[in-house]
Amino acid sequence: MGAPLNKDSHFPFPGLWKGLWFTLKYLFKPVPVVMYPQEQEIPVPRARGVIALDPDACTVCMLCARECPDWCIYIEGHKEEAPPSKPGGRARKRNELDRFEIDYSLCMYCGICVEVCPFDALFWTPEYEYSTYGVEDLIHGKTRLKDWLSTVPEPPAIEGEVESS
Amino acid sequence: MITGWFWIDVVIKVLAVLAAMLTMALVAIYAELKIMSHMQNRIGPYYAGGRWGWAQPLADAVKFLQKEDLVPDGADATVFKTAPYIVVAATLATFVVIPFSPNLVARNLDLGVFYLLAISSLTTLGVLMAGWSSANKYSLIGGLRAAAQLIAYELPLVLVVAAVVVQAGTMSLIGIVEAQAAPVSIGSFEISLPFLLTGQIVSFVIFLVAAVAELSRIPFDMPIAESELTMGYITEYSSMRFTMFFLGEYASMISMSAVAATLFLGGYWMPWVSDSVLTYIGPLVLLSKIAVLVFFMLWLRATWPRLREDQLQSLAWRWLIPISLVNILVIAFFKVVVF
Repeated sequence: MGAPLNKDSHFPFPGLWKGLWFTLKYLFKPVPVVMYPQEQEIPVPRARGVIALDPDACTVCMLCARECPDWCIYIEGHKEEAPPSKPGGRARKRNELDRFEIDYSLCMYCGICVEVCPFDALFWTPEYEYSTYGVEDLIHGKTRLKDWLSTVPEPPAIEGEVESS
Repeated sequence: MITGWFWIDVVIKVLAVLAAMLTMALVAIYAELKIMSHMQNRIGPYYAGGRWGWAQPLADAVKFLQKEDLVPDGADATVFKTAPYIVVAATLATFVVIPFSPNLVARNLDLGVFYLLAISSLTTLGVLMAGWSSANKYSLIGGLRAAAQLIAYELPLVLVVAAVVVQAGTMSLIGIVEAQAAPVSIGSFEISLPFLLTGQIVSFVIFLVAAVAELSRIPFDMPIAESELTMGYITEYSSMRFTMFFLGEYASMISMSAVAATLFLGGYWMPWVSDSVLTYIGPLVLLSKIAVLVFFMLWLRATWPRLREDQLQSLAWRWLIPISLVNILVIAFFKVVVF
């Protein structure tokens, strides 16, 4: 009883009783705990669970790997000849993605890679159940990241009129 | 006259008290885990024992016992090893005089209250020994804080208990319970009331504050103060000895509550129940009163922050001791002049 008893401090008691009343109320309230393995919480639609990759959209521009604060994205690629866009034209060069890995043991889920991707190859998905017994299994490769793609929620509808210039 | 039966009798009583105390301490630990977690919007132990996590304290105890029993290099080994036993023994010894029913009391000492106060201070001696012998700065500060706390709070505790003794006119605990069972007459109307309702409310509040401080429970847990002193005087303890400190803390909570229940709430006595029935339900009555007081202490722990060391001292010296001195004067005045 009686936390600050100095003359210059306020009378301590109302706060103490308020606190006791507060904890007593909570004692009889139902507990909002989700018993995880038995019952599962449904995350909000745009929760940041894991990052999905669309390998076809990726152009190996390396922006995500360079912006990543944790340096947890590993990208390798090579150039390939592509057929010319018009008959008789010059053969095009295209970047092929060989390796795209995100090390989720390093990732801090900041989402900068998703923000920075100019070709919409990276997406947030609300899936969260990918814990493993080995830290090396947290490195998700190209195929694993592509598998997450099916869980990406639809983008929200655009609100209001789109401005026409 | 000491015969063979005397020793058998003593051994049976000691074992019964030991078993009862340990069970009650485990129940108190479980209650703390559960009540605190619900107050903090959590579930708390859930899987141990299959249902409601009822076996969690047992599992904890077994886990502690598996640890290595360490004694630090620079420690005073004998003192270090004895300290937890002193704490537990002092706690158990309080139950010698606590009456559980008109007949169920280990020893109805005429100086029961005096014995209680003396023996309950021994707990702090154990704490001081632990802090001194651990060869650890945190333990030492924790032990000295415990000693300072004991000196500060033993005074108001003794003074309010003296007020109760003045009102009851006896130091025997059974006598105090019987004094509460004796009817008080207001005009022609006669009623039996516990001391809490017949003028001891101030004493009761001060007793609770001082008891919580003596037990060094939050908000008076400076001797342990995790955030400042690691674990205070228990820092260097492990295994069996740590478990003893741990159980001792909860056992002394129960014994302090038992003392408070006996002195202020009527102990085993309950209104409108005859003595012959009380012989059987007395222990249950006392246990339920203990449970209410223990719940109150857990409730404080879940709610209030820890005081600063200077606030602790100023609360005792500037407020509790003067108030309890005035209290004892007022009660003595009423005892002598009015009744």
